[in-house]
Amino acid sequence: MTDEWNGNSLATALAGENPDAIESCNRTDVWVKGEHILQICFTLRDNPEFGFDLLNSLTAVDYLDYFEVVYHITSLKKNASAVIKTKVGQGRNNPVLASVVNVWRGADYQEREVWDLFGITFEGHPNHKRLFLWEGYPGHPLRKDYITYDQSINSEERG
Amino acid sequence: MSTTEPITVNLGPQHPSTHGVFRMRVTFDGEEIIDVEPVFGYLHRGSEKLAEERTYTQVLTLTDRMDYVSSMLNNQAYMLAVEKLCNVEPSPRGVWLRMIAAELQRVASHLVATGFLIQDLGALGTPLIYAMRQREYILDLFEMLCGARITNSYLRPGGVFMDAPDEFWPALDKVLNDIPNALDELEELLSGNEIITSRTQGVSILLPETMVNASITGPMLRAGSVDWDLRHRNPYDFYDQINFQRPLHSSSDNFARFWVRIQEARESVKIIYQCLERIEPGCVRPSFHDVPRLIRPEPGDAYAAIEGSKGELGFYLVSDGSIAPYRCHVRAPSLINLTLLREMLVGTLFNDLFVSFGSIDLNMGEVDR
Repeated sequence: MTDEWNGNSLATALAGENPDAIESCNRTDVWVKGEHILQICFTLRDNPEFGFDLLNSLTAVDYLDYFEVVYHITSLKKNASAVIKTKVGQGRNNPVLASVVNVWRGADYQEREVWDLFGITFEGHPNHKRLFLWEGYPGHPLRKDYITYDQSINSEERG
Repeated sequence: MSTTEPITVNLGPQHPSTHGVFRMRVTFDGEEIIDVEPVFGYLHRGSEKLAEERTYTQVLTLTDRMDYVSSMLNNQAYMLAVEKLCNVEPSPRGVWLRMIAAELQRVASHLVATGFLIQDLGALGTPLIYAMRQREYILDLFEMLCGARITNSYLRPGGVFMDAPDEFWPALDKVLNDIPNALDELEELLSGNEIITSRTQGVSILLPETMVNASITGPMLRAGSVDWDLRHRNPYDFYDQINFQRPLHSSSDNFARFWVRIQEARESVKIIYQCLERIEPGCVRPSFHDVPRLIRPEPGDAYAAIEGSKGELGFYLVSDGSIAPYRCHVRAPSLINLTLLREMLVGTLFNDLFVSFGSIDLNMGEVDR
């Protein structure tokens, strides 16, 4: 069975190298401060104590007050997994996060998908374009304030 | 240094070899590919947004339509996520039945992948029909189980919605008897055919470390001799009680990817025989007292992944305590396995393009969702 890292012990282990990067933690997850995410991801991949070489999934959730980007990561060697979360765009303003494509190439399309559907900008992404919808599409459909019953998707009033 | 003028060609979105609607902007120097840019979204139906307006059981029908050649596996991944979110204790007979269904679906999906390989290599029609014929018998079994052939919606939280009818078991025996012969026939077509081996061996080689870094999973990864199969490394359902091999290949080229799929289909048959030994009479799903028709999970989130036919198929569900998921994300192996498409294709020739592309075994319903 894959060992799931306890969030509290992962946060303690991470705090050694990056003392002010951890925002909070619970039994399963670790919340990392947005500005430290890239550094934390490099630690998670390169430090042999963690060895997370596979990014399973990268996605986002819209919690109205803020967005949460969720990273599910696995270490193939140790058969261990962990969940890292980051809160971005407090007050729905200008959600920006560092891209982790340089850590895990697998983040490439997944970050583009999150940009497309949630409007979270990933700084440093080599090809920061929409994935599914076309350039110029109004709005980001998976946001909770997106109006779905409006059929006029080309209306200029939509933002 | 180009000797001819590079030319950019749009391949797709409507092209018989794109396995759906998919567009690639390919730049050629003569016959050699020098750049590839995939363009997605022609089959984007907003499944994740639609899921937010449906109850947990209704979302099941959306998962059927994601990877429509392996609906049972999609159902299984989704139901495991729901069960994890709601802490449902599944009924053993239901779990064995869905494992049988899932492994049959894996065989069907690998048959389709292999049949289309031979089609992509230029043998139009006949070899594909050999593969599709065997898949038809598997779809007949699904029809007995749930009344549908492609969009099954067979699973429910904690099991399946109804027990298999009596005529299912002899029919299953017959299909299980026939599958190894059909696989032998296909493998003979693959490894015994000099044209196929010389055109697929040594083409589009990917390094194992690169594939892991690019989140590539499933048969593609195992064709690069990385022993990573979630059924073995993180067993879900009752896979911890099953013995099976994980076929590995070391060359990581187009041939290896198809060879691994054929061997995996053989292992699936062995897994089904073991399921048949262990399955016992009983309820196929928990009572409505334990798992109500309208589920309201506690607020929280859950991520569950299975070894799908294409790779790691995961569902990430967030609940806010209401009857519909607050967020339903699909970790789609077909999309993520395309990450290294450019690395696979650059430097190869035009006639290898669709073979390499097909060796990823992607399904546009899942790529675009």
